[in-house]
Amino acid sequence: MTDQPLTDLLRNRFAAGILVVENTSDMTTVTVSKEIIHDVIMYLHESPETGFGFLTTLCGIHYPDQPLPFGVIYHLHNMEKNIRIRVKTFLPADNLHIPTVTDLFSGANWMERETYDFYGILFDGHPNLIRILNVEYLDYFPMRKEYPLEDPTREDKDNRFFGR
Amino acid sequence: METTKKTYTRVDPPEGVAGAGYFATTLDRVIGLARKNSIWPLPFATSCCGIEFMATMGAHYDLARFGSERLSFSPRQADLLMVMGTIAKKMGPVVQQVYVQMAEPRWVIAVGACAASGGIFDTYSVLQGIDRVVPVDVYVPGCPPRPEQIIDGFMRVQDLAATESLRRRYSEEYKALLRSYGIFTTDQQDTM
Amino acid sequence: MNGSGEKTYTTINLGPTHPATHGVFQNILKLDGEEIISAEQTIGYIHRAFEKIAEHRPYYQITTLTDRMNYCSAPINNLGYLMAVEKLLGIKTPKRVDYMRIILMELARITDHLICNSVIGVDSGALTGFVYVFQERELVYEIYEEVSGARLTTNMGRIGGFERDFTPAAISKIRLFLSRLPKVLKEFEKLLMRNRIFMDRTIGVGGISAERALNYGFTGPNLRAAGVDFDVRAMNPYSSYDDFDFEIPLGTQGDTYDRFCVRQEEVWQSLKLVRNALDNLPEGNFFADVPQYYLPKKEDVYSKMEALIWHFKIVMGEIEVPKGEIYHSVEGANGELGFYIVSEGGRMPYRLHFRRPCFIYYQALPEMITGGVLSDAILTMSSMNVIAGELDG
Repeated sequence: MTDQPLTDLLRNRFAAGILVVENTSDMTTVTVSKEIIHDVIMYLHESPETGFGFLTTLCGIHYPDQPLPFGVIYHLHNMEKNIRIRVKTFLPADNLHIPTVTDLFSGANWMERETYDFYGILFDGHPNLIRILNVEYLDYFPMRKEYPLEDPTREDKDNRFFGR
Repeated sequence: METTKKTYTRVDPPEGVAGAGYFATTLDRVIGLARKNSIWPLPFATSCCGIEFMATMGAHYDLARFGSERLSFSPRQADLLMVMGTIAKKMGPVVQQVYVQMAEPRWVIAVGACAASGGIFDTYSVLQGIDRVVPVDVYVPGCPPRPEQIIDGFMRVQDLAATESLRRRYSEEYKALLRSYGIFTTDQQDTM
Repeated sequence: MNGSGEKTYTTINLGPTHPATHGVFQNILKLDGEEIISAEQTIGYIHRAFEKIAEHRPYYQITTLTDRMNYCSAPINNLGYLMAVEKLLGIKTPKRVDYMRIILMELARITDHLICNSVIGVDSGALTGFVYVFQERELVYEIYEEVSGARLTTNMGRIGGFERDFTPAAISKIRLFLSRLPKVLKEFEKLLMRNRIFMDRTIGVGGISAERALNYGFTGPNLRAAGVDFDVRAMNPYSSYDDFDFEIPLGTQGDTYDRFCVRQEEVWQSLKLVRNALDNLPEGNFFADVPQYYLPKKEDVYSKMEALIWHFKIVMGEIEVPKGEIYHSVEGANGELGFYIVSEGGRMPYRLHFRRPCFIYYQALPEMITGGVLSDAILTMSSMNVIAGELDG
């Protein structure tokens, strides 16, 4: 379902940057371009017409075959009117910089660190962008599709017997 | 009114010579008996097996009747390191550090599939079994093991404690085992 | 003079193995005497890469993974995930399944709140409440065993319903629990709730205002203690929660005492919900009619051709899963537990992101404990109910 008044508000304000409005079954989904993502989130958070005061979650995603492979997905929630919105933005592989939203939502601090830890997406302006869940000496970004699930250096489990 | 006599099964005494008012046996059997009934565990509970351990310590399954009423969170005062739950690679050095601080005699029990072999988490971030970092005496399988299984593992440790040699910590085999884990204790310099 | 009148701060390391941190996470505290100046946190000591594993397992095998996230209330995780998958696939479950799910989720919520509250008691020195309450949790474990076969990591439910109906033994065990818990709960309250020492230790400790809590993304009892009545069961009802009437307890200051009282009152509300759901359990099937996702009965697999073919297709992954993405959230014991599933067809999800409430609200801990003393920090940490499995995931 798509909330028509909400998408109209967004299109009026950010005409060129709103790339796609998808018709997903649960909530309005908007894909925006990377340059305006901070302004879009700020508008959704602070404007009284929209009032999305709660950041539900923030995560990353990796589509290796697409021209803009890395994505960051924000779920916002307007608690007074009970409306949710999903905002997506995609980044090219050679320029993984995106502005942070920790100035708007303090809760985005660890969520962005987790996205950096898993995908290597750099959030400009983040107070402390270091790995959070993995060990510090890990030298790759594990959730990217090219890396396997299992630890290739383990000796006790033989892949032949585990069907992998 | 007839009184019903309850029969209690007593634990067998160790081998020895009994007489009027005395019981003679070897020193290591007495020490073994004392050690096995007063093990102070260190509950190194990380995840779900830790909750089953809390149920084992509760009134229903009651680990305290085996002599482990007092849990020690300080490794210096503990006899048994019970590692319960998944150990990630980030946590591995911490387990080894806790093990090294324990005083002899010490035993390690790996409770649950994750501590024994990594469990269902065959991933890049989970240590595939704590025997990668510390020597383990008893493995208790299960995900999570029932409290009865944890008690069974504990009773196997009791068997080990009852029959262990008092000079074990000075034996070459034990020192070689610790060296293979990268643990060098001051005992290694003893010439006894 | 050299350093004599100079003030130095002590840096101490609280964790990762510490009796008071229930779970493995580390706090490095800078203290001025006993007062906390700053706190820095390190987590990830039990990072098991759930999100990566979920990309390599079929949908019906991920239920066992979700158990291990918040292991104190595993059925909520299981059933929440299954509801998210059903939303993706467009399956509508019969009313009986919904009521059965409500009963199990509320029982899980009761067990989680009982652990949290008794552990607040343990951390302030009162071990008795813990032992009393754990005896009653054994009854809930027996109920889980009747329904799913396991005590703690239950792997409850299937896509479309349950694997078996509630047996008469299960229903009698639930009724036994409902009759036994109120007395024990009143005794537990008498021990702690109006206890002078407990109140002095918890009132005004570790408070957070409603605006800061919302900015951090707090949900669940921690947010309701700060005064915001956000409960996913009331705002976005799922699984026929809108058939039931229940109150949402609220606190005022967001401190440790409010969190304790909110959780205690939620246990009473959950008991009421379980009783209502059990009394009004409708007749019907315990699974939805979706042969392409719900495994057929074993007797049919061995005797009927169609059941055999469905069984083969489901297990070998020949079923076409629709492409799309879905976000579904349930009210976990700690707050809004969300599942964001992206499907590109195929038997495994392309991306499965868990919105873990503990991970999100634990960031606020430094703000809540600075300015207080060390013993208050311990109580604040345990009253926030941080479960390490959900924190790291």
